[in-house]
Amino acid sequence: MRDVTRLARLRKRTSSGLALAVALVAVGIGYSFAAPSSSAQDTGLSVEAMAGQEIYENSCITCHGANLQGVEEQGPSLIGVGEASVYFQVATGRMPLAQHEAQAQRKTPVYDDAEVNQLMAYIQTYGGGPELPAEEDLRDGELAEGGELFRLNCASCHNFAGSGGALSSGKNAPSLNQSSDLDIYTAMLSGPQNMPVFGDNQLTPENKRAIINYVQTLNETADPGGLSIGRAGPVPEGLIIWVVGIAGCVIACFWVGTRS
Amino acid sequence: MSSRTAIQRPATPAGRTASALDERLTISAPLRRTLNKVFPDHWSFLLGEIALYSFIILLLTGTYLTFFFDASMQEIVYDGSYAPLRGIEMSRAYATSLDISFDVRGGLLIRQIHHWAALLFVASIVVHLMRTFFTGAFRKPREANWVIGVGLLVLALLEGVFGYSLTDDLLSGTGLRIINAIFLSIPVVGSWLSFAIFGGEFPGTVIIGRFYILHVLLIPGILLALIAVHLLLVVKNKHTQYPGPGRTEDNVVGKRMFPVFAAKSTGFFMVVFGITAALGGLVQINPIWLYGPYDPSQVSAGSQPDWYIGFLDGSTRLFPAWDLYIFGYNIPPLFWPTIVLPGLLFTLLGLYPFIEAKLTKDRAHHNLLQRPRDVPVRTAIGAMALAFYTVLWISGGNDLIADKFDISLNVMTWIGRIGLILAPPIAYWIAYRVCLGLQLHDREVLEHGVETGIIRRLPHGEFIEVHQPLGPVDAHGHGSLQYGGAPVPKRMNHIGGMGRAIKGFFTPLEEPPARPVTSEEEKQAELTGSGRPKDPEA
Ligand code: HEC
Ligand code: HEC
Ligand code: HEM
Repeated sequence: MRDVTRLARLRKRTSSGLALAVALVAVGIGYSFAAPSSSAQDTGLSVEAMAGQEIYENSCITCHGANLQGVEEQGPSLIGVGEASVYFQVATGRMPLAQHEAQAQRKTPVYDDAEVNQLMAYIQTYGGGPELPAEEDLRDGELAEGGELFRLNCASCHNFAGSGGALSSGKNAPSLNQSSDLDIYTAMLSGPQNMPVFGDNQLTPENKRAIINYVQTLNETADPGGLSIGRAGPVPEGLIIWVVGIAGCVIACFWVGTRS
Repeated sequence: MSSRTAIQRPATPAGRTASALDERLTISAPLRRTLNKVFPDHWSFLLGEIALYSFIILLLTGTYLTFFFDASMQEIVYDGSYAPLRGIEMSRAYATSLDISFDVRGGLLIRQIHHWAALLFVASIVVHLMRTFFTGAFRKPREANWVIGVGLLVLALLEGVFGYSLTDDLLSGTGLRIINAIFLSIPVVGSWLSFAIFGGEFPGTVIIGRFYILHVLLIPGILLALIAVHLLLVVKNKHTQYPGPGRTEDNVVGKRMFPVFAAKSTGFFMVVFGITAALGGLVQINPIWLYGPYDPSQVSAGSQPDWYIGFLDGSTRLFPAWDLYIFGYNIPPLFWPTIVLPGLLFTLLGLYPFIEAKLTKDRAHHNLLQRPRDVPVRTAIGAMALAFYTVLWISGGNDLIADKFDISLNVMTWIGRIGLILAPPIAYWIAYRVCLGLQLHDREVLEHGVETGIIRRLPHGEFIEVHQPLGPVDAHGHGSLQYGGAPVPKRMNHIGGMGRAIKGFFTPLEEPPARPVTSEEEKQAELTGSGRPKDPEA
């Protein structure tokens, strides 16, 4: 389902990119003739970006400012963050931020895919930045290698199975079991919050797809040993042995011991 | 000679075998003495048996695992059934652990039972220790068994640590690295010690092999021997009993070892085995395939030790990062919470019987236990120690708590630090008060009798509750029974009044016995729908 819409969007984006190029050329030609009275930005926007601008001005401008330069104490500058960052923030429902907390939380997204595309197109015009991947199959990578890369680059925050973990000062690295392929990809590209940016120099697109393949394989495979109890290591195991194991044995003691 | 042959031979084959055995081993008299031994009956005396049975389960499942495990750190390329690791370089130890999990018949089940049984083993030792502590079972002449018990506890912890380290996955390797850091933190000899234990730089190539010998041979051997001595001492000293009617310091009231106690114990073994087997079959434990092979450059969030080492992890997280220099030697902060603290705790624990005897000047023999409420100071000290331990233990998992309950990790650390100082005295105070309150209530019942639930109105209008005295009363209606530290019945059905309690835990399992209808009630008129008696005239 997700993949179909993403494909549609990717296709749409190439066409809108084309439209943008055409528009830019037209503007360039027009600019050389016309008097420099109209701002290049206003007229240089594609239809999609203009729709994005409208959404932006309705719900993002209070925190990110009229020219995306950011508003002190409200939100950072969005110049040059790139469409990958916009996709990640808006498609996972983190933006628009409802209230200020230690860190934006994953929520049901406010905007549908078309609107996300519009926002991406608009914000991308300010300083460019990392773009969405061109590949269609984001799981096209070596599984075992993905595991190695995941443990090397991601497990320190997201835990060995992507179950998430606490960071200092009330922040946390979330669980990855709800993330779509593109969410993971754009998270790596944009490095939200405390997460480092994994640009294509650090992890090649091939590496990224391997990691995604590994994360999603873990998400989708059942636990061979029974209940997973959170895939969070020995702490829940210790809880179970007291709450189930010892409690069961002590009740049995009581039952056997008070019977004659 | 002929008079000897005249002894009557047993007629049955079983009897002949038995007598043939006895003629050679002279076993019947001691066996009879043992089987006829009387064992006091109380459910809390079964707690030690949980430890015993989980140890047996550990020996059985562990033996199965040794058939397939190879404690070698030689690097190989994995080629087993678990696809996400295929083609990865790893040690033979890790690869064979994966094989046990995925390619050996029943291997994963046995591995999981083994690990659950290990957690249960230590947990049950702790529960058993609390039972012996809070009932004063460690007093003369049983101090030796207490000290052996503490030895068993420490060995059980070490046994667990070594087992945890064997699989050579990312989690156990992270544990090994912390163990190495702990060795290194010991002043003066630290680095030499680490070098000797790991056979060179960490991680080296020998540590798993060494831990393997400790884990499967040396420590289980010592455990087995100590458990044998522990149980022999229980038999030699006789088991303690709770105070009660007919029970004195010089007798044992209870059930014969055979058949009652033996039957209960076999049944109970089945229960413990059932619980560990159910956990092993239903709940995943230590999913090593998710951790990946150990690589010193990697570490996962939530890398924690098993629960019984959690308190040391907690103490490390709470202890401030003080770097001390004494006589020019650097003492790293890790030294205090991981070496000094457990050293102190276990020494105090082992010496406790002697400390208490010294302070109370009680040098008498004790075969009667004490109820926790009758020794408020000891109970409160125990509560204090438990509170201290619990704060450390919870702090060992504070990152997960912070994550799951959305609390800041820094806040959790400070809650732990403050809790470590405040919780013990609060626990002491509460436990002390509760003990006194319970004692007071016992004394009240002895003096005034059991509350019957029957309210009576006196002629001048005052309401009183009728009390059933437990024994003869004096002129003022006060009971003359002495307080003896024995359980005091608190409800009428404990003393046979008002019938027996109806069986059943959540819902009654049986019909309450029909109350005989008195002739007076029989005469009473049928009730109308509204509940009023029908008018006999109508
Ligand atoms: C209530 C204020 C607020 C609103 C409204 C808001 N944001 Fe944000 N935004 C923030 C803050 C604060 C951050 C940085 C904190 C974080 O990443 O969690 C941020 C971060 C971002 C980032 C990531 C920047 C980076 O450095 O990668 C993007 C992209 C973004 N917002 C887009 C949007 C869009 C698009 C909207 C409107 C749909 C929006 N935001 C609405 C406050 C807001
Ligand atoms: C330094 C810690 C850190 C590392 C290393 C790290 N992350 Fe993150 N990650 C975070 C934090 C913090 C967030 C939450 C950001 C937010 O909510 O704004 C996050 C969020 C994410 C999300 C979004 C989850 C969702 O809600 O859908 C994904 C996906 C993700 N990370 C993937 C990765 C991958 C893949 C790697 C390794 C290549 C990685 N992370 C490495 C800290 C980290
Ligand atoms: C390997 C671990 C252990 C095993 C298998 C074990 C087993 C037992 C068993 C079966 C009994 C008799 C039943 C009972 O009173 O519960 C017993 C008694 C006793 N144990 Fe342990 N135990 C272990 C560890 C400990 C520890 C850690 C302590 C305390 C530090 C301890 C102290 C005692 C004492 C004092 C008695 C005598 C109790 C009495 O007579 O009332 N034991 N043990």
